[in-house]
Amino acid sequence: MTFADPQPQLQSSHDIAESWRKVVARRRMYTGLGFLILFIGFVGSVRFADESNAGHFFDRLPHLFDFLSWLVPKDWGDVWRALFDIASPNDKGGQEFNFDQGRVYIWGDFYIPEYFELMIITFNVALVSTIIGFIFAVPLSFMAARNLTPSNPLRIAVKRFMEFLRAFPEIVIAGLFSAILSIGPIAAIIAISLHCIGALGKLFYEVIENVDMRSDEGMRSVGASWMERVRFAALPQVLPNFMSYALLRLEINIRASTIIGAVGGGGIGEELKLSISRGFGAKTLALVLLLFVTIFAVDQFSAWLRRRLVGENAFLLKH
Amino acid sequence: MTFIDASQAESIQERYPEVFQRSFFKRFAPLLMVISLFLYGIYAVWFFEIPKAISEGHWERVGIYLSQWVSYDVQAEFRLEGDTITPKYPRFSPLGNDPKPDWVKQNSDRTVTVEIRGPSRAVTFSDTEATLTAHGESVRVELSGGKPTVSGNIRPWVSVYDEDVVADMGFAGEVRVEADRVKIRKRFLGWANFIFDPQSPFFGKSIGEVMSLVTTGAQIEPGRSNLSLAIDNFLNNGEWQHGDVWVKLLQTIIMAFLGTILGAVVSFPLAFLAARNITSSRFVNQSFKRFFDFLRSVDMLIWALFFTRAFGPGPLAGSAAIFLTETGTLGKIYSEGLENIDDKPREGVQSTGANHVLVQRYGVMPQVVPVMISQTLYQWESNIRGATIIGAVGAGGIGLKLWEAMRTNKNWENVAYMVLLILLVVFIFDSISNALRSRLIGKPQH
Repeated sequence: MTFADPQPQLQSSHDIAESWRKVVARRRMYTGLGFLILFIGFVGSVRFADESNAGHFFDRLPHLFDFLSWLVPKDWGDVWRALFDIASPNDKGGQEFNFDQGRVYIWGDFYIPEYFELMIITFNVALVSTIIGFIFAVPLSFMAARNLTPSNPLRIAVKRFMEFLRAFPEIVIAGLFSAILSIGPIAAIIAISLHCIGALGKLFYEVIENVDMRSDEGMRSVGASWMERVRFAALPQVLPNFMSYALLRLEINIRASTIIGAVGGGGIGEELKLSISRGFGAKTLALVLLLFVTIFAVDQFSAWLRRRLVGENAFLLKH
Repeated sequence: MTFIDASQAESIQERYPEVFQRSFFKRFAPLLMVISLFLYGIYAVWFFEIPKAISEGHWERVGIYLSQWVSYDVQAEFRLEGDTITPKYPRFSPLGNDPKPDWVKQNSDRTVTVEIRGPSRAVTFSDTEATLTAHGESVRVELSGGKPTVSGNIRPWVSVYDEDVVADMGFAGEVRVEADRVKIRKRFLGWANFIFDPQSPFFGKSIGEVMSLVTTGAQIEPGRSNLSLAIDNFLNNGEWQHGDVWVKLLQTIIMAFLGTILGAVVSFPLAFLAARNITSSRFVNQSFKRFFDFLRSVDMLIWALFFTRAFGPGPLAGSAAIFLTETGTLGKIYSEGLENIDDKPREGVQSTGANHVLVQRYGVMPQVVPVMISQTLYQWESNIRGATIIGAVGAGGIGLKLWEAMRTNKNWENVAYMVLLILLVVFIFDSISNALRSRLIGKPQH
C-alpha cells in the first residue's frame, strides 16, 4: 500500500516558496488587522474616558504633580512621628498633626501606634479570609476535578457555583453585610472569603486534574473509598501546590482587604482614604510607607516560601 | 501472592530508616499546623469580636434586603374622616397617577377591604373598626376612642403600640392601623417601572400598544418621532437609569482595557531588560525587577486615590491606577516568561549573524508572544473586577454607582440589576478570552 503525496499540487520549489509567501502575507494581514482594531479601540477608549472624566487629561496634566505640594511635609520628621504616634511640635490642634491621639495602650505606657493597629486589622482580615477560603476550597475542588469527582452532575454544579462566587462583585457582599452587621472588618472578611473560595477552588481543581493518576489506580485496586483515594493518592501530590496558591492568594487578599477597607470595611484603607481626601501630607506618607513595606514584605516572604514549596517555576499570577 | 513476615519487615526497616523513623518535625508537622490554625482561629474570633457582632447584627434585615432585590412595594394610606374613606397613593408610584387597583374594594356597607394577599390576608375597615385577617385568624381593632385598641386575644403576628397596631403579613406586606388612618404596604414580585417610569407617556401600556404607538401612532410630542421618545424615556428612566448604568458599566470596561493595554505596551520592552537571560547586566535586571515590585506593592488603591485627586473622579483616574499596577504585574509575568524560554532558537538566529533586535524578534518572540497575549487577556478580565471595586473609592464607573445605591439601603433592586449586568459582562469576557486563549495556546483552558 502506498500513501498519497500529502500535497500533490506543490510540484517544484518555486511553488513551495510561492505558497509560503501567501501564508506569510495572510498572517501579516491578520496581525496588521488586529493591531488596527486595537489601535482604533484604544483611541476611542481614551476619548471616551477623557470626556466622561471630571477633569480632562490635557487640562489636568500640568497639575498632575500639584498634589505633591501638599504631600511633601514641611517637616520630614512628622512622617516618623505619624507612624509611631509621637507628639508633634507642629500640633496646633486639629486633626492634621494629632499623632499621639490614636495610641492603643496595651500595658501601662506600652502602646501600639494607631496605624500599626490598623495594619494588623487589615492583615488579619486577609489572613482569616485566606484560611476560610482554603478550608472550603479544598473539598469543593476535589468535587470539581474531572478525574476525582464523585459524580459528574455534582462536578458541573460545584464548578458553576465557584464561577458565580468569583464573578460576584465583592463590594456588593461587603455592602450587604455592613448593612446587617454594622460597618466593620467582618463584612470585609465575608466578602473576601467568598471570593477567595471561588478563586482558590478554580486553581485547586486545575492542579488536581494534572496529578499523576497511577497512585489513585493503586488505591482503587485495593478497594479504597473516595475519601481514602483523595487522602492518600491525591492530597500528598497536590498539597505543596495548594499551599503555594494559598500564599499567592494571601498577597492578593491583603490588597483586596485594603481596598474593601477604603469603601467602609475599616482598617488601614479607610484611614488612607480619609487622610488623602483631607490632604494630610505627613499622615498619608506614613500610611503609604507602612502599607508599601507590609505588602512588599509579604510578597517577598511568600515568594521565598513558594520557591521552597514547589520550586522555581511557582509564579502563576491568577486572580 | 507473597506475604511479609516479621523478620523481613525488620530488614526493610533497617534498610530504609528515613521512611520509618522520620524526624519529630516531619511526623508532627500536620498536627502542629492544625493546632496553630485552631489557635489562630480563636485569636481571630476574639480580635474581631465575632460573637458580639453576630449577636448585635440586624439579621431581620437580611430578609428585607434580599426581598427588595426581586420585589417592590406600594404604600397606600386611607384617611378615615367621618363617613368618607379617602385613599391616598404616593405620586409616581408604580401604580400610575390615578390608580384604581383591584385589590382595594369598596363594599356596599361603606367599608373598604384591602387584600394584601388575596382574601386570606386582608384588612376590612370602616371609620370605627378594622378587621385584620391573616393565618386563618381574625383580629378586630376598635378605632373609636382616639387610639386603636385590639378587642379579644392579641395574636403573635399583631404588635400593639401606643399610637398604632401593626399586622405583619409576611412577605406580602404589612398593615398599620392608627386612630384616623390605615396604612398599607403591599409587596409585589418583580421590578416595577423597569422599562418606562410613570412620567413617561408609554407607562402602563402593553408591548403591543407601545409597538403600535411607535410604528403607526400619532406623534405624542410634536416634532419628535415616537420611537426616539420611547428610547429616550427608556434610557432616562427615573428609577432605573438604564442609560447612566450602561455608560458607567462601559466606563469600567474601558478603564480595565486602557489600563491593561497601556501596561502591556510599557512593560513589554522593560521585561526584556529585566529578564536575566536576555540582558546580561545583573544590575539592570535587578533594578527593573525591583521597579516592577514597587509598582505592584504601592497597590491599585493608593494609585487610584492619588489619581482621583490629580485628574478628578472618573475613568481617567481609574485607568491611570490600573496602568501603573498592571505595568508592575505584567512586567513580572513577562520577564518570568522570557526567562523560561528555550535558548536554542536564539542561538540559531544568532549564528546567522543577525543583530540583537533581530535575534529577539525571530528567536524569542515567537515563543513568548502567545503566552504573553494569553496572560494579558487574563489580566484584562481580572482588572474588570478590580475596576469595579476601585470605582467605589472615586475612580468612576459602575463601582461608584453600586456603592451609592447600597448606601441608601433602599435601592437594593438597582443593586441587583447592576450585579446582574456585571455578572453578564464578566461571563461574556470570560468566554471570549477563554476562546482566544485556547486558540493561542492550543489547549482548552477553563
